[in-house]
Amino acid sequence: MPAIDSTEDQHITGVSGTGVPIPGDDVDTDQILPAKFMKEVTFDNMADYLFYDARRDDDGAFNDHPLNRFEGASIAVVNSNFGCGSSREHAPQAMMRWGIDGVVGESYAEIFRDNCKSLGIPAVTTDHETVVRLQEWIEENPNGDIEVDVEGETVTYGDTTIDVDVDDAMREALVEGIWDTTALMYSNRSKVDETVAGLPYVEGDD
Amino acid sequence: MSEGTLYDKVWDRHKVTELPNGQDQLFVGLHLVHEVTSPQAFGMLRERELDVAYPDRTFATTDHIAPTEAEKRERPLADDQAEEMLSALERNVGESGITFFGFESGKQGITHVVAPELGLSQPGMTVACGDSHTATHGAFGSIGVGIGTSQIRDVLATGCIAADKQQVRRVNVEGELGEGVYAKDVILKVIQDLGVDGGVGHVYEYGGPAIEALDMEGRLAVCNMSIEGGARAGYINPDETTYEYLRGREYVPEGEAFEERKAYWESVASDEDAEYDDVVTVDADGLDPLVTWGINPGQVIEISEPVPHPDDFTARTDREAAEQALDHMEIDPGQSMLGYDVDVAFLGTCTNGRLSDFREAAKILEDNTVDEGVRALAVPGSETVRQQCEERGIDEVFINAGFQWRRAGCSMCLAMNDDALEGDEVCASSSNRNFVGRQGSKDGRTVLMSPAMVAAAAVEGEVADAREHADDGPTGGAGGVEEVAD
Repeated sequence: MPAIDSTEDQHITGVSGTGVPIPGDDVDTDQILPAKFMKEVTFDNMADYLFYDARRDDDGAFNDHPLNRFEGASIAVVNSNFGCGSSREHAPQAMMRWGIDGVVGESYAEIFRDNCKSLGIPAVTTDHETVVRLQEWIEENPNGDIEVDVEGETVTYGDTTIDVDVDDAMREALVEGIWDTTALMYSNRSKVDETVAGLPYVEGDD
Repeated sequence: MSEGTLYDKVWDRHKVTELPNGQDQLFVGLHLVHEVTSPQAFGMLRERELDVAYPDRTFATTDHIAPTEAEKRERPLADDQAEEMLSALERNVGESGITFFGFESGKQGITHVVAPELGLSQPGMTVACGDSHTATHGAFGSIGVGIGTSQIRDVLATGCIAADKQQVRRVNVEGELGEGVYAKDVILKVIQDLGVDGGVGHVYEYGGPAIEALDMEGRLAVCNMSIEGGARAGYINPDETTYEYLRGREYVPEGEAFEERKAYWESVASDEDAEYDDVVTVDADGLDPLVTWGINPGQVIEISEPVPHPDDFTARTDREAAEQALDHMEIDPGQSMLGYDVDVAFLGTCTNGRLSDFREAAKILEDNTVDEGVRALAVPGSETVRQQCEERGIDEVFINAGFQWRRAGCSMCLAMNDDALEGDEVCASSSNRNFVGRQGSKDGRTVLMSPAMVAAAAVEGEVADAREHADDGPTGGAGGVEEVAD
């Protein structure tokens, strides 16, 4: 039997930590992880390249980008259509390896959200005003703790608790600890064979 | 919920089971692999001691890091990291028994150009690739989805992806395209109308007279940019245009087997009474060529229109995006994009790197010269396209005009190779993204447009209306480039 990971101990009911606001709509994955840093065959160094162009001045020194000001944060707070563009998993990998455990935002591009799910990073949504208030709160409370309750679909910061939305599949996957889809699907091999048998193009004569 | 659409039918045919997390397990009929997003997935596979489940349904080529200058293709590649990526791919596909179209095969190129031209992409398939432009293959009436590396691991290990079914939006493109207006203009118009995030939660079924009139290469360009509108996939129902394109291609069955396969293709097309979650109409009648003025593909205008003012947008997000875009592009509201200085002209990519794209651009370049201030790159989407162009003398038109004629690859679309913008250069580009930093320089500026418009910009050294160059050549602009039948 191949070494399929056990799905035990992968339950993610919530994540917490200090926050980092990453403001802006339509923040694309080319900004999150510029393509020039994808020329490595592992994800090991991706944290160093996170938002590389935005985080550094022309001499390569760190500027006042939020990721530089809020080092040690684990909850990113973003605006609408975050992670649009390229499908590169390098983007959420870089965020995860930098220390991000969860994302609160207005909306996400589909592939980015799928990638987050694959990595066990909850990406929850709420409305624009709520996101902006949370971003402002982080600016005023850089050491303040933010709790993202995936199961209860709330985010708590300071004395405030807000309702957030978690995509059904993401909540189910994270809370039940079944976000390792390889293991899930590997167990269905005989059913795959049945599906394949019904597809004229798979075992055709071409 | 949609019913009776191609999306529903193909989904049902490929659905293995419903997973405990509520997603569907879908069989992937065609898995395309390239060097950048796959090595980590093969690594994860090895960690788990798993084999590639369906090597016969998996095909690989090298595109993102491929050097486009012939002399730079000698191995080992001069760029150590690129060599490591390419070597890793070769090792991975070799060990797994996956067919690989490398430099020596004569078929290497961009995955989304190679698979269609070999007949690998067919109607009624599910297609997955670790690249967001996998939507391209929807041109055949397949479901093409871009996936991340963990999902590549899933496909390699199980032949399947875990997927959420999306809503289906029918996008009817009405009208007739005028001379000098192309598929690229159509999809830019669709994204302008529906927004860069308008497609989130949806797949787009493109239809209507302007779509049906397109040839397959045009349809590929339209579906290619679905992701730029936020749609997870985009497709066009297969029809006679589709079947005729497929006939005789390397991976398409012949004779009676072709007719049998065709019956399957016809069976997956959307029913006449199919139900959609949403239906929208886009008017392409009398459309002028489009160019982007901003930093996302939805920030686009017809060439006859002025650059908009942020206050022209009602949505706050659009207003803020417009302000950022004007600042980055160093343009003012009310200005025309006509006359906007261009430093680089780039023709190629998975959007517009096909034979017809080079042929249309060649019509503009015949008997014209690239402006002396412009660095002009012609990069065929595949080695097959390069050969097709060279058989027709199209390469000579480009070279005589002052273009560099390159080998196949993604080139400066995302600058993972030696081709990149420098400083704040402006690039007239046939690619799909004008994001800040996309072409390798964070100050670089990208103006998206059709191949003919790129050629016109190269000649003028500024954004120009290609239609004004269309009749320059002694033979009505077409020159000798159409003499060889396709």
